[in-house]
Amino acid sequence: MKQTEEISKFDGGLTLVAYKHLSTGSTISTMEQSKTYIIPLQQHIGVISQPLVKPGDRVLKGQMLAKPGNMISAAIHSPISGVVTDIKEHDVPHISGLPDQCIFIDNDFKDEWIERKPLADNYNQSTSSSLRKIIRDAGIVGLGGAAFPSSVKQTEMNIKTLILNGVECEPYITCDDVLMRERAEEILSGADIIGHIIKARQCIIAIEDNKPEAIKAIQTAIEKDSTGFFKVQVIPTIYPSGGEKQLIKIITGKEVPKSRYPAELGVLCHNVATAYAIYRAIYFAEPLISRITTVTGHGVAQPQNIEVLIGTPMSSCIKHCGGYTDDSDELIMGGPMMGFSLNSDNIPIIKATNCLLVTAKAKNTQKQKHLPCIRCGKCVEVCPVRLLPQQLYWYASSKNIERLIEHHLFDCIECGCCAYVCPSDIPLVQYYRFAKTTIWQQERERKASDIARQRHEFHQHRLEEQKREREERLRKKREMLKNKSNEKTSDDKTSKQAAIAEAVARAQAKKAEHNKKKETENKTD
Amino acid sequence: MFTVIITLAIIASVFGLVLAYSAIRFKVEGDPVVDKIDALLPQTQCGQCTYAGCRPYAEAIAKGEADINQCPPGGEATIIALADLLDVEVKPLNAEHGEVKTLPTVVRIDEQTCIGCTLCIQACPVDAILGAAKQMHTVIEAECTGCNLCIPPCPVDCIHIVEVKPTVRNWTAELPDVEFVAPVAS
Repeated sequence: MKQTEEISKFDGGLTLVAYKHLSTGSTISTMEQSKTYIIPLQQHIGVISQPLVKPGDRVLKGQMLAKPGNMISAAIHSPISGVVTDIKEHDVPHISGLPDQCIFIDNDFKDEWIERKPLADNYNQSTSSSLRKIIRDAGIVGLGGAAFPSSVKQTEMNIKTLILNGVECEPYITCDDVLMRERAEEILSGADIIGHIIKARQCIIAIEDNKPEAIKAIQTAIEKDSTGFFKVQVIPTIYPSGGEKQLIKIITGKEVPKSRYPAELGVLCHNVATAYAIYRAIYFAEPLISRITTVTGHGVAQPQNIEVLIGTPMSSCIKHCGGYTDDSDELIMGGPMMGFSLNSDNIPIIKATNCLLVTAKAKNTQKQKHLPCIRCGKCVEVCPVRLLPQQLYWYASSKNIERLIEHHLFDCIECGCCAYVCPSDIPLVQYYRFAKTTIWQQERERKASDIARQRHEFHQHRLEEQKREREERLRKKREMLKNKSNEKTSDDKTSKQAAIAEAVARAQAKKAEHNKKKETENKTD
Repeated sequence: MFTVIITLAIIASVFGLVLAYSAIRFKVEGDPVVDKIDALLPQTQCGQCTYAGCRPYAEAIAKGEADINQCPPGGEATIIALADLLDVEVKPLNAEHGEVKTLPTVVRIDEQTCIGCTLCIQACPVDAILGAAKQMHTVIEAECTGCNLCIPPCPVDCIHIVEVKPTVRNWTAELPDVEFVAPVAS
């Protein structure tokens, strides 16, 4: 195993002003409860969850409200006890600004939990698959921002190293920092559980060097642990070191190939907050119903970290933090590099909400067109995935899909380094998002048109079959009639009489039966 | 000199025979370019191109009887793809054949008004309408291509066009706005 001091680095990246101090001046504060909770059915990568409750149902705290849609999906639980009032579309935090299906719950403020039977220390005797099931049933997804269903990643095949991602490389965001400072031992407990599931030999906790307090807290917790499972690895503060593939390169020196998974290199990454959530699930039988969110920026009066229930309206969170300042401008979910602007604050906190950033209006601004690309190449220098952002920009503008795929458009992690350094201020990531979503749409349309073609071909086949069968029938009938007319002799008359006699007999039998029925009916009346 | 001519003549005959044999042994049935063109068409089967479906239109393009810009459901993307395939110039959609829809559409039957006549079922080129004589007719929206061929035959006008709005799972980002707010150097 590598010495802790031998680390590698990835190409590109940026050193950014961090503004972390804005929100680390106080400890994690607890959000007071709200009257209404809005819980979107899609808060994770994958398929939308399927509701198990309906309006009018009373639900308990921690009760499963929706089950996973399929393998790549997550369960959703109630953060409070109360009554489901509605399931309908509502604005959700999504870059498109479109609404989605949400469950609305009225809080009864009784905080009544479901029955909980935690495994606690006994988890050591459980199998990997039964622990994975607990994590899946707890609805735990990656809390670093990607929200991938965690148990799906936790394979026990061939994993030697668990990397806990305490890097938090994006400016302004400090939720993982304060979690490490205040709850280091619980994070290590969670990592122990993950290590048991995946049978890892070692856990490396990666932390950037701008977080000395967090490093100290984790090291203190490790000293209390006698297993030697844990090691802290301090890494230089470079954005985006917290990206999964970038972090693996730093820690192991190896690159995860395009379209492959870290597990193939014997590595698994989890965010420190995810490890904490897993600890809560195993030791307290608590599903994922809350998270730490950083509320920060120059547009909010008292930037801080809050422990907030999923489904809490963001407006309440801002209010808890002193409200908006007079010069507040945009509300962004996420950080300044990868976050996206929100249209309103009447939107719920979801599992992926690591930060609410309220910007303040910059002085002396002027609207202007972005300048043309001057082919300076600065974007290429900073790309952490070693792509050619300049080429991707040209091909995205001209919708040249073949070239976009050749230049590995889908390996772009949308970190924003290229847009940050562009001297013409071209919003490069927006071009890539346009290109990616357009290509996905075209693939969907191609699949749909393939099905439509099949249905049309079958439709034509069916009509031909019907025509053929009809002609078959008519041909047979014509033949039968022809044969009949050939046999025309005296048999004709007798056969006709026989047919008439048969018909009369049939009619009389029917009449008799009908009379009999009427008699029995009259008798029973 | 004579030997050179004989040698060349023999070589030419040998290759001629090889080609003749290959032309018969490796003959491809039908015109493969028709399949390639059909693969690029949207399969709406609406007839706006003036042909009785996407396959007849593909055959017409292959024969050179139809132009590549007659398909409104395919839009710009299809014209570009066809131009790429056939190595011809891209041209704008021929407005005589219809307009590009801003949002995809499907149709919906108003069940209060439907009389169960099955005329729409017979008209649907992809069998996307469920029903039988004197039974309720329903459009299977997942299979509806938006061709609207069922609307004219309906004797009670109970079929309506419905736009399919994008969701968070299938939205498309727009090309960025070229204007942005920049801080002015003070």
